[in-house]
Amino acid sequence: MTAEKAFRNDGYAKVSGRAAYADDFSVAGMLHMVPVYAEYVSAKNLRVHTEAALASPGCVRVITAKDVPGRTHFGQIEKDYPIIAVDRVRSYGDVCALVLAETRDQALAAAALVRVEAEPLKPVLTVEEALNPYAPVVPGYGDTNIVVEHKLRKGDPDAAFAGCELILEEEFHTQTIEQAYLEPEAALCVPRHDGVIEVYGSMQHPFSTRRFSAALLGEPLSNIEVYTIAVGGGFGGKDDTAACVCARAALGARLTGRPVKMTYDRAWSFRESYKRHPYTLKYKVGVTSEGRVMAVKATMYADSGAYLSVSPWVTWRSTAQCFGPYSVDNVHADVYAVATNNIFNGAMRGFGAPQVNFAVESLMDMIAAELKIHPLGLRRINMVKQDSLTVTGQKLDKHVVSMEEVMNRVVHDIGYRKKYEQCSFGKAEGDELYGIGLAISYRGASLGAEGMDFCSCILNGQYDGSLLLETGIHENGQGSESAMILILAEALGCDQKRIRYRRPSTSNVPDSGTTVATRGTIMGGSAVMAAVAEFKALLSAHLAERLRCKPDEVNFHDDKIWGLNYEYSLSWEEAMRELYLQRVTPYAFGSFKAPDVSWDDTNGQGDAYFTFVYSCQAVELSVEKKTGKVKLLNIVAAHDIGKAINRAMLLGQIYGGITQAVGMALMEDFKLEEGKPVAHNFDGYILPRSTDLPPMTGIIVENHDPASLTGAKGIGEPAIELLAPAIANAVYNATGIRAKSLPIKLNPEDLA
Amino acid sequence: MKDYAGPIELSLRINGETRRVQARPGDSLLRLLRERLGLTGTKCGCENGDCGACTVLVDGAPIKSCMALAVECEGSDILTIEGLRGHPVQKAFAVENGFQCGFCTPGMILNAVALLSAHPEEDEEADREWMQSNICRCTGYEGIRLALASARRSLKD
Repeated sequence: MTAEKAFRNDGYAKVSGRAAYADDFSVAGMLHMVPVYAEYVSAKNLRVHTEAALASPGCVRVITAKDVPGRTHFGQIEKDYPIIAVDRVRSYGDVCALVLAETRDQALAAAALVRVEAEPLKPVLTVEEALNPYAPVVPGYGDTNIVVEHKLRKGDPDAAFAGCELILEEEFHTQTIEQAYLEPEAALCVPRHDGVIEVYGSMQHPFSTRRFSAALLGEPLSNIEVYTIAVGGGFGGKDDTAACVCARAALGARLTGRPVKMTYDRAWSFRESYKRHPYTLKYKVGVTSEGRVMAVKATMYADSGAYLSVSPWVTWRSTAQCFGPYSVDNVHADVYAVATNNIFNGAMRGFGAPQVNFAVESLMDMIAAELKIHPLGLRRINMVKQDSLTVTGQKLDKHVVSMEEVMNRVVHDIGYRKKYEQCSFGKAEGDELYGIGLAISYRGASLGAEGMDFCSCILNGQYDGSLLLETGIHENGQGSESAMILILAEALGCDQKRIRYRRPSTSNVPDSGTTVATRGTIMGGSAVMAAVAEFKALLSAHLAERLRCKPDEVNFHDDKIWGLNYEYSLSWEEAMRELYLQRVTPYAFGSFKAPDVSWDDTNGQGDAYFTFVYSCQAVELSVEKKTGKVKLLNIVAAHDIGKAINRAMLLGQIYGGITQAVGMALMEDFKLEEGKPVAHNFDGYILPRSTDLPPMTGIIVENHDPASLTGAKGIGEPAIELLAPAIANAVYNATGIRAKSLPIKLNPEDLA
Repeated sequence: MKDYAGPIELSLRINGETRRVQARPGDSLLRLLRERLGLTGTKCGCENGDCGACTVLVDGAPIKSCMALAVECEGSDILTIEGLRGHPVQKAFAVENGFQCGFCTPGMILNAVALLSAHPEEDEEADREWMQSNICRCTGYEGIRLALASARRSLKD
């Protein structure tokens, strides 16, 4: 398949090596900062001795908790994360001192001389241990290790089980996954003459970074100005940890009055950054003989690790989407996040959905096998359709529910029915077993009832006809700036070359929330459209007279501004000059607020999301009997994303998400032993490489979504959330072995 | 035999220019490029020879510059991303969407330049094998595959 040509405003910069990431910046007089870890997994009475480090050549300062003017602890929900540990150590990633020196080598040498003492405590290392009523309590707030509880109550599953032909009870496990963005965290903070600290950081969320920095410094938000620079991947991972790195460098800059750079190496990044939550998922599903799912009971435990981070929101999504894209009348779900002394877990692309989908889409194939119903037929019977009710009681009547359309596209493209008949099901003449598998999902777009959801955009027309665009959406490498430029160019009917995306700063565009939750295109794009409406109204009012028409007759296309019947027109150069001559600033501010959502905490019912993305992915693979090695042969994916803005980038997101899901299904596993990471680098944490991927086909389904002002939804997370169960199903169809934990490991003896 | 005990002055050929630079015996080529020569297009992803983000060409061969000592490169011809000006491979990566975050891109591009000179004829299997030394966490390698095919076509034209 051929991708359509991509538009990227950062294309030249990124292929020429000119794109500057945080560690690429240097300024005169810059100090280098490195972290010192507390070296305990759980301990109290932390004491940090800095004298020897301070005496080390080039060392300028050693910062410990007592030097912090603001809050030592911060967080997005609970303010429990130690930006610098004070007295209590709760995880192996805790930092207890920051060493500043003239060079990085000197800082590293001095850091080795910081001596840390504490009284070790018995750590809590598994969810099972944490749930024991006699276990030590990990969090500093509350009196239990259960830090989050969500419940969903719909109908009466127990009564409904009684009338079911088949009752399946199964348990699934998913692993801890490292984000593995290629660029480790880094920050350069520069004290400015007016007292502001400028932050150039490898972070995903400038506003979050500003909050962490201001909190640590004990200063107002306006004292910190965070600029967007090139970021080497985020995937949800460059929020808390990356913000902490920036905050620490900001503190160093404030305390020394000098610019400070802090660049992480891979081992520190692995040790400190939050990961994808490992889940234990227990399901009881009741089905009629015809394959109608009547009742579901689900209990899930997510290991939150030592700090809360966004565990409440991650597990909320697992609750709201607890039984995949299926309409079931009787559902009870209990979803818990549990504190342990492991490295903490937080936001990662997919956000509580890949784990659930692994269980649910495996279950669907297991039910189909038990009832001898075709897996496609079983899905068709139960999937959400137009006007269906979701498990949260939300009626899907405000957008096109394309679950079946999306599945049909994949089934047709890959030739699923025929290939399903050809699967080995554990029996093959030669050494290769063949299988095909598929999974479907729907994903609530944007934050849903988990957070405040609005976004703004600034349009600033220039005297010469050029346009500056800025939104509150952050470029993480996904191409959001390019998407916003394309949306603006189409809406104004102007040449995209007129538009420059202004490098955003937290001191200019208002806080528009974080660029997460597949909300960049839907929220940023809608904010652009809101600003365009203002901008066009302003231009129309002031140009109508010259165009000899009424303001509502002015229109914008072919890189010009036109009057009625196309008799008169103005170039953008003429139009902008005209506004300036009239002493009117061609400037517009637009803000978009997401449509209302609702949620009742007591029963988990409500309109959880204002719209959904529908997805289906299928995979063909072979399994080598001798070794148990899985070889992927072909992948087809279809997603209804509303409307494509930048087709090549959209496909790129699909293929990238699929690849991360391949890692989740077959190779990635971030193991901790006694609370300490086993892997320190990519030699110990295996990621998918070019040889692990088969040909991939992405199918774009476009049912314009009325909830989005552009019609577009998003693709970031839908792309990653369902290939792991598709692979598990294909492995079953090849081998007859059902994998209930990730990553899938096949034992050759079981294949003989 | 050269005495490598203390800081020494090296003469390196980088992107077609001779550069004289102070280096310590333990300095990797990566550190020398980034910190002493300001050639920050070469990225540091793992400093362990695993990810390939620091790939440069030394006498035409792709080398992970984090794993090479700067002193070993004296007298060699070194090509970094800054020295590739408008190369067809760069254009192909831009046009075919061979990147997202861009952090692995300089190393990918230099490795691809070496690949296309070793395998001028289309060979997808060889491409996958060759490029597996470099990790990309964003693209799923699909855009990179397309970029290789497109660059190969334009190099032949």
